[in-house]
Amino acid sequence: MTTSTSHSPAIAAKGLRKAYGDKTVLDGIDLTVPAGTVFSLLGPNGAGKTTAVKILSTLITADAGDLRVGGHDLAVDPQAVRAAIGVTGQFSAVDGLITGEENMLLMADLHHLSRSEGRRTAAELLERFDLVEASKKPVSTYSGGMKRRLDLAMTLVGSPRIIFLDEPTTGLDPRSRHNMWGIIRELVSGGVTVFLTTQILEEADELADRIAVLNDGRIAAEGSADELKRLVPGGHVRLRFADPAAYQSAAVALREVTRDDEALALQIPSDGTQRELRAILDWLDSAGVEADELTVHTPDLDDVFFALTGGTNVPNQPTQSKETVR
Amino acid sequence: MSALALAVRDSNTMLRRNLLHVRRYPSMTLNLLLTPIMLLLLFVYVFGNVMSAGIGGGSADRSDYIAYLVPGLLVMTIGSTVIGAAVSVSMDMTEGLIARFRTMAVYRGSVLIGHVVGTVLQVLASLVLVGAVAVAIGFRSTDATVLEWLAAFGLLALFALALTWIAVGMGMASPNPEAASNMATPLILLPLISSAFTPADTMPGWFQPIAEYQPFTPAIETLRGLLLGTEIGNNGWIAIAWCVGLAALGYRWSTSLFNRDPR
Repeated sequence: MTTSTSHSPAIAAKGLRKAYGDKTVLDGIDLTVPAGTVFSLLGPNGAGKTTAVKILSTLITADAGDLRVGGHDLAVDPQAVRAAIGVTGQFSAVDGLITGEENMLLMADLHHLSRSEGRRTAAELLERFDLVEASKKPVSTYSGGMKRRLDLAMTLVGSPRIIFLDEPTTGLDPRSRHNMWGIIRELVSGGVTVFLTTQILEEADELADRIAVLNDGRIAAEGSADELKRLVPGGHVRLRFADPAAYQSAAVALREVTRDDEALALQIPSDGTQRELRAILDWLDSAGVEADELTVHTPDLDDVFFALTGGTNVPNQPTQSKETVR
Repeated sequence: MSALALAVRDSNTMLRRNLLHVRRYPSMTLNLLLTPIMLLLLFVYVFGNVMSAGIGGGSADRSDYIAYLVPGLLVMTIGSTVIGAAVSVSMDMTEGLIARFRTMAVYRGSVLIGHVVGTVLQVLASLVLVGAVAVAIGFRSTDATVLEWLAAFGLLALFALALTWIAVGMGMASPNPEAASNMATPLILLPLISSAFTPADTMPGWFQPIAEYQPFTPAIETLRGLLLGTEIGNNGWIAIAWCVGLAALGYRWSTSLFNRDPR
């Protein structure tokens, strides 16, 4: 995980609340994103991800909550927050009537760059996002992926230190998606803080230092991808035997395990940590059990997602899960 | 940079964006310009002789009617051109780009100011074109002094500013460009029922108040007085009051809608 040195977090929210009429969208969420890290807000459609981004990026106001971005209080000095951030929303924020280059120069002007500096920045970013060839064409003729790239390039004109990306790869083909991931990694290696929302578990797994699962306006769980995976049941060590006799004697010797008589396999619950694995191996040795195959199964983020956002049967209650994670 | 310098710089950037749109896609502006020019030619060449006979007191020469009609059509040109502002503001608000501007440290008012200044400049260009057509078909100012020309120009600019703010408010209040265009239709209908084509006192008695108590009639009468030397009376003050009132109303309306949380 990236070092989160002494200074204050890039993004901090406490008790963030937002309701539209009597529909509560965000029901008091707490978030902390250390500078220079990638934080991913993961959740199903309608969970409140976009609302959270809109509030933290000053687009709309919260009903309640102590919110600080880039060290500035959102309620007191939104203009200072705006100077520190860059936002790429879910819907492309480009001017379709003018060319890609004109869009970039528009951003440069709004960031008050000098003429030459603006031209240089625009040219550099167009080059970096592979848009040089299309730069003189109206943006309305661009493909979806090109618009996304231009969108992000425009966000980077002012070299923001904190970037909000709301579902940046939705609607992109796998290659464009991987390119986008590469770009995001590059930004982070330059010290930028990234706040990312996504519905794609793999994306959060690939990019994020920390992930919060948002469900129904609340944070259902928070932690690194690995920590989250350990939260849901399903992690186990599986022992498979070739010989039915060996299987039977092992099952008798170990007792508190789940039996799978047809496959001649035994399942021992495990969180997948090295310590537990060693304990299990020691136990097997002392019981004189020797399996023909041993595999460690950890739940993937999909299991976590479904378990945490599935409705009533949430195995770990939020309060409890935070304890175990931290 | 001072706060004012930043506000001017950002507004200027937004203005350049809007003018770039007009330059790339002039069709909307030209379409809106078509209505007053068509009406000018129609009324002068098709109805001109009859109308002249009606208002000129006998002489069946269309030049009398040209003189009467042109000030009205110049003011009407303002009404028709600002419809473009309602449509383009509404188009802007439905796009993600404005959301981007809102999350940037730019002067808040710059988006609307850019639209307003851009539209007023467009109106002035349209007025020059309509005026040129009018001169080409025989319109002459009879005895306007330099001061009167300046006053006429100032009145047109002020009226354009007022109607533009109203149109921007209409654009902000509309959910989509089509609705904005519908909502702005009165801006081109009102001059049709003003004193632009015939004097208000020739209309049926019950209709006269509608023609009189609306912004176009006093503005048109004032312009006639300035360019042709007819009686202005208190129309000048009434026109200015309408302009200031509409501009203030439109400004408050537009900015309060803009400062609300976007949908």
